[in-house]
Amino acid sequence: MSKDNQVLEEFTSKEYEHGWTIDLESDSAPKGLNEDIIRFISAKKSEPEWLLEWRLKAYRHWTTMKEPKWPNVHYPEINFQDIIYYSAPKQKVVPKSLDEVDPELIATFKKLGISLTEQKRLTGIAVDAVIDSVSVATTFKEKLGELGIIFCSFSEAVREHPELVKKYLGSVVPPNDNYYAALNSAVFTDGSFCYIPKGVKCPMELSTYFRINAANTGQFERTLIVAEEASYVSYLEGCTAPMRDENQLHAAVVELYAMKSAEIKYSTVQNWYPGDKNGKGGIYNFVTKRGICAGDHSKISWTQVETGSSITWKYPSCILKGDYSSGEFYSVAVTNNYQQADTGTKMIHIGKHTRSRIVSKGISAGKSQNSYRGQVHILKRAENARNFSQCDSLLMGDQCGAHTFPYIDVENKSAHVEHEATTSKIGEDQIFYCQQRGIDEEAAVALIVNGYAKEVLKQLPMEFAVEAQKLLALTLEGSVG
Amino acid sequence: MSVTTEKKNFTQELIASFDLSKFKQDSEQRKKALAAFQSLGLPEGKSEEYKFTPITKLLAKQFKAEELYTSPTPAVSDVSALIPKAFQENCVVFVNGVYNPALSQLAAGSKVVIKPFQEAMATHASVISEKLNEIKDNNDPFALLNAAMWQDGLFIHVPKNTSGEKPLFIYHLHDANASKVTSHTRLMVVVEQSAEFSIVERTDSLGKNTIFNTINEEILVDENASFSYCKIQNDSGDLIHVSNTTVHQKKSSRADTYTFSLDGKLIRNNLNIIIDGEGCESHFYGLYLTDGDTLVDNHTVVDHKQPNSFSNELYKGLMDGKSKGVFNGKIFVRPHAQKTNAFQSNRNILLSDDATINTKPQLEIWADDVKCSHGCTTGQLDDEALFYLQSRGIPKATAKAMLLYAFAGEVLEAIKDENLKQYIDSIVSERLHKSF
Amino acid sequence: MLKIKNLHARVEEKAILNGINLEVKPGEVHAIMGPNGSGKSTLASVLAGREDFEVTQGEVEFLGKDLLDMNPEDRAREGIFLAFQYPVEIPGVSTVNFMKTALNKIREYRGQDTLDAVSFLTMMKEKIKLVEIDQSLLNRSLNEGFSGGEKKRNEIFQMAMLEPKLAILDETDSGLDIDALRIVANGVNKLRTKDNATIVVTHYQRLLDYIVPDYVHVLYKGKIVKSGTKELALELEEKGYDWIKDEMEVA
Repeated sequence: MSKDNQVLEEFTSKEYEHGWTIDLESDSAPKGLNEDIIRFISAKKSEPEWLLEWRLKAYRHWTTMKEPKWPNVHYPEINFQDIIYYSAPKQKVVPKSLDEVDPELIATFKKLGISLTEQKRLTGIAVDAVIDSVSVATTFKEKLGELGIIFCSFSEAVREHPELVKKYLGSVVPPNDNYYAALNSAVFTDGSFCYIPKGVKCPMELSTYFRINAANTGQFERTLIVAEEASYVSYLEGCTAPMRDENQLHAAVVELYAMKSAEIKYSTVQNWYPGDKNGKGGIYNFVTKRGICAGDHSKISWTQVETGSSITWKYPSCILKGDYSSGEFYSVAVTNNYQQADTGTKMIHIGKHTRSRIVSKGISAGKSQNSYRGQVHILKRAENARNFSQCDSLLMGDQCGAHTFPYIDVENKSAHVEHEATTSKIGEDQIFYCQQRGIDEEAAVALIVNGYAKEVLKQLPMEFAVEAQKLLALTLEGSVG
Repeated sequence: MSVTTEKKNFTQELIASFDLSKFKQDSEQRKKALAAFQSLGLPEGKSEEYKFTPITKLLAKQFKAEELYTSPTPAVSDVSALIPKAFQENCVVFVNGVYNPALSQLAAGSKVVIKPFQEAMATHASVISEKLNEIKDNNDPFALLNAAMWQDGLFIHVPKNTSGEKPLFIYHLHDANASKVTSHTRLMVVVEQSAEFSIVERTDSLGKNTIFNTINEEILVDENASFSYCKIQNDSGDLIHVSNTTVHQKKSSRADTYTFSLDGKLIRNNLNIIIDGEGCESHFYGLYLTDGDTLVDNHTVVDHKQPNSFSNELYKGLMDGKSKGVFNGKIFVRPHAQKTNAFQSNRNILLSDDATINTKPQLEIWADDVKCSHGCTTGQLDDEALFYLQSRGIPKATAKAMLLYAFAGEVLEAIKDENLKQYIDSIVSERLHKSF
Repeated sequence: MLKIKNLHARVEEKAILNGINLEVKPGEVHAIMGPNGSGKSTLASVLAGREDFEVTQGEVEFLGKDLLDMNPEDRAREGIFLAFQYPVEIPGVSTVNFMKTALNKIREYRGQDTLDAVSFLTMMKEKIKLVEIDQSLLNRSLNEGFSGGEKKRNEIFQMAMLEPKLAILDETDSGLDIDALRIVANGVNKLRTKDNATIVVTHYQRLLDYIVPDYVHVLYKGKIVKSGTKELALELEEKGYDWIKDEMEVA
């Protein structure tokens, strides 16, 4: 083994940091999935009849669907009857304000570096904290409320703002969109809801932090963000899970709706438990994320740093319906050990003068497989559409794979579409150069990798960017070459 | 639902009506291929490899199942006007898929063996079986269909150290004046160690009835050998054509492949290049200039199985009218193929409101010490450039032709043989209404 | 400061250094000259610890420690600086970030406190003046898209930042026009003290007009065949390397 490979090995062998569990007493549904379980979930959340019907319809459709086989990932068949679809930490009282939230839950999030106490936060970030199936706390609600911004758990939105939920739920990702979206539509338990009224620029970052704690449960959250005319919001999402030997399923749906001149910026740092060094355990992260630029001049921007999960299957997409609307997708996906990722985006150009930009940086190490899959579709009426895509792969070691599957479909002659992809490795000369300046190999690799991913990382809000940089280095520890 | 059933029935009908026993030669291989074809079936709409190319639908509309492998006797007696002068001294002519010795003319004194495939199966049995084993099985349904149903073909053997031979011109003519025509042809080329050879292949047709033609080409380029292969597809008729070309390269060999697709109803070219030795060099170029309702679909694969090799791909397309362009370029770099350099570029221009392009450049890399890249663009003619030319007094139509010709020129420039370059240049110029 | 005794090194099966002996004391400037392929750059690389070369014999002592026993980063932390003949590009990593990481790693090694952003920037501004380098260049990706002159200037800037005890300039003059050469040489001269030393590896005499050496050594076929003062360099310039070759062949 060359020295480079040794460093690679060391670099990739560090342990997952958030692998602990906390003994939270929880309230769960029995294992398995049928119409009664869906009724149980709906009843637990005291949902209106229309929502129960919506769920059941999605469920019935799901039973007629087949699991998708086209992604470049391999895993044993999932037994959907062996999953718990509802688990909530037991709280003695339903908290009316943050002061009433169970201190143990607050401690749990504190351990993850997420403060749920407003006054202690220096930076303005409002947090919705979701543990297993439910939202446990949302900060800064009142302050945001003064501007007319609604930021709350999905369940609360169903209770307090049913007309909005009814109008937009499933409007971007229909319940029958795909296998996992249908499953989510049937059994989703909580998530975040966010509404920015006309002309309002949200003054702070909104964020949801997802944590899986209980064993054998699936997590099925739903996020819905609606940005009215000329509004702006930047939204962050983070996630972790304990180390467990069995695989856990996470099938979320995120819907973004941007009206005329509105802008939504959605950032994710995904750090679900990736499984151990031998590929045992880890989260199956099968997620549908889509935004629609419904109004003219609207903009949706996705940024993702994907380091966790044993399998990732995820394509945050933009439907560019409004004229002059634009979509962006910035992604860093790191896979190590036996992780598999099949991720990318779809940019569907419908409106005239629509623009999209894709920057994808894949990093494969260990025995992992990392795929970019993306589509740029210029429809016939999309005059003067523009797209630029850059998809780069970095391979560390000779046992991993990097794959690029871009689909470019153009039906209008005025379109300009450019796609570029490269594959590279970290050069020995680069490492030596760093060493000669006193930087050891491991730090050199972290430096070079962060440089490689910089174009994406710089899209993240400051606080997240620092965390993401550390995470990149941590994920790759032991893997350089 | 009903559509799927129909398509399945078409495959089944085809197999049911096909009588394998009438072929005496190659029966084991045919049987194997037929079984594989049966399990695969003709590509359906959802088939990833034929997603944008509705060939089965078209075949089912134009042909009865049993018409897919029967072919009428041709009535062509003179092709001399159709073959360019520079290549008349060494040419092989197939009419409706059948080798026509009377119309063919082979160069005298050549060391290269060129003979009908059936004949070669007797005289060169050991070479054929040995070399065929080296060539990878092709899993394209039409490659399997051809392997089961081929009617005629050609075997070309270039012995060790052969060089300075005249290029061979292979002319596939379909005469569809009287009725529909189907043909399945195979070609095998073995270029032995340190030999050099080149082939120019052109398909052409007469008449307006629909033609269905498949060609399987298995090419082995042995150590240090060099091979050049140029395909010209410019059928004015109603041709549905599928070619499966496999180029298997051994150590330090070089292959240059050119595919020019200018006309026809539906053209699908599967080009598979297998780099099975170190120090190989492979260049492959394509130019598709489509108009009317032509669909040209190029699927290319370069599979780097061994280290230290180089491949470079350039495919360019101009789509006009209601035509469609499809491009899929796969680069595979296998785990041990370190120090591979593989590059791919696909450039497209849409010239009309109804033309479309579907392109999918695909990289799959399992080795870290490699340099691979692909680039792909779709755009329209540069208005600035057009205006610049017009402002110098050049009429718009001429200016446009000049720019289109310049776009195509990059591929033409890559042709090394001067005779061939002139010949293709004349075809492309005519097609682009070049008048300058 | 640096004692090289009977150093032999090879790359793969090919012997490149065949018994180098050299001593460098604090405050001195040594020039190493020689025709192409004589082993000049190899010597620089071996001292910096590049793995492509295998040391087969001999020893190198640096400030009383066994240099050959150290990995490249520790050599750098002990005070060896190599100005690369071909500085490496690292996309996405700015020179500022690179230097901050390097400087703090070196400080950590020496048991010093790491510098905060403010003191780092103050220090940087000071050093920028020495090498007349444009600050905007330092915010760009390391060496990416830099001209030849910019790359070399950046090397001297890094040298100024890291304050090495022994700087080895590997063909720093190659690819430089006369103005860039002067700027680079000025930088090097300003950094000279009585406590540090410099080894200048070069093919041509012209750099030595600007950085005046105390000693000149001529390397040929992996050995130092002639040593002298700066006059030796002038003589070489006049007579060419064939003079050395002829002399060696006769001997």
